[in-house]
Amino acid sequence: MASTIKAISYYLPEKIYSNEDFFQDFPNTKSSSLLKVGVEKRHLAKKNELASDMAFAAAEKLFSEHQIDRNTIDFLIVSILEHDFYGPPSGCFLHGKLGLKKNCGAIDFDLGCSAYVYGLGLADGVMKSMGAKTVLLLTVSALSKKIHENDRSSRFVFGDAASATLLRYSEKEHIGPFVFGTDGEGYEKIIVRDGAARFPLTDNSSEEIKDEFGNISANENLIMDGMGIFLFSIRTVPPMVEELLTKASLTQNDIDLFIFHQPNSFLNETLRKKMGIPETKFVHCMKDFGNTVQNTIPIAIYESQKNGRLQPGMKVVLAGFGSGLSWAATIVQF
Amino acid sequence: MDDISVFIRKIESEIEELTPGTLKPETHYRELPEWSSMHALILIALSETEYDVSLSGEDLRKCETLRDVHTLISTRT
Repeated sequence: MASTIKAISYYLPEKIYSNEDFFQDFPNTKSSSLLKVGVEKRHLAKKNELASDMAFAAAEKLFSEHQIDRNTIDFLIVSILEHDFYGPPSGCFLHGKLGLKKNCGAIDFDLGCSAYVYGLGLADGVMKSMGAKTVLLLTVSALSKKIHENDRSSRFVFGDAASATLLRYSEKEHIGPFVFGTDGEGYEKIIVRDGAARFPLTDNSSEEIKDEFGNISANENLIMDGMGIFLFSIRTVPPMVEELLTKASLTQNDIDLFIFHQPNSFLNETLRKKMGIPETKFVHCMKDFGNTVQNTIPIAIYESQKNGRLQPGMKVVLAGFGSGLSWAATIVQF
Repeated sequence: MDDISVFIRKIESEIEELTPGTLKPETHYRELPEWSSMHALILIALSETEYDVSLSGEDLRKCETLRDVHTLISTRT
């Protein structure tokens, strides 16, 4: 048994934070080099718009945009970091809210930028091990709520979004093989330290921390070692893709399109050049969204299908990498 | 490895807000008013893509001038 991606939709919160807004908030920021990041606007969740609300909206959009009967769904997998409750799991809560049938499994998992590829692997797994025929994979990030208002770099880069992907059982193998990896020793490279069990919120949690480039954050906020992540990506992604191609007995020439996680177009362009991938086979998709964490890959797939770059029959490499540190890649035959 | 003048020209062509000729081998680049985390990434990326040499944040913190960066990359090529 194997799975295939049947349909994707995504949801963006209404509120837009444009580069004009950004440069008004940070008037002393020099613009030209920052524009290499490749973002022009981002959508931000309002405080009272929860991640589960966004995931719900993405799923409903999928059902209506692609005329999908929710009663066909046998399994729900949700990648979410902002949970409504300590318990029950967000996957179960969303199952109820979406009105899915009772004989439908539901789980959620906490991963960041690598989550979409992990989600595809889990979906493939529940088809093979549990006999599910139709799986709904939801991803969502409302990370902007955790970004300090004076953290210039992160406010420029990140946006919020949710995605919904429907996977169906298929006789032919359409997704795989997979490569997964983790470097847990790098957990501090992208971290919101305070507010969970190890470091509960205290008065010190909001104490400002300034990095060497003047970005301000606090332990209750997202703290990202941008340079460390840049280096991690450069060292991790090329060998990961090489390992994937070897595992699939393919070469780079056999691949029609490369869709990577979109953390920063400058980083992805560096990866593209380092790996010798032609521009025509490489997708940049950040301009209207920013880095939407686990949603960048499904959004880029959707947009590439819409603008005709991704055609049926194409073999596409998907690669996610980021907090954890965690990474994963796979090949999808569309 | 390129000689230092070519190396500096390549950096200047990547950093649009710098007027060509601003950077010299003895420039303490981290003290430039324009210097930001993005520029550090540009240097790291240039080293990776042009010279296939990995520089870390720590490497950059140890280099005072562009000549120091050039010397460090030269020793690793």
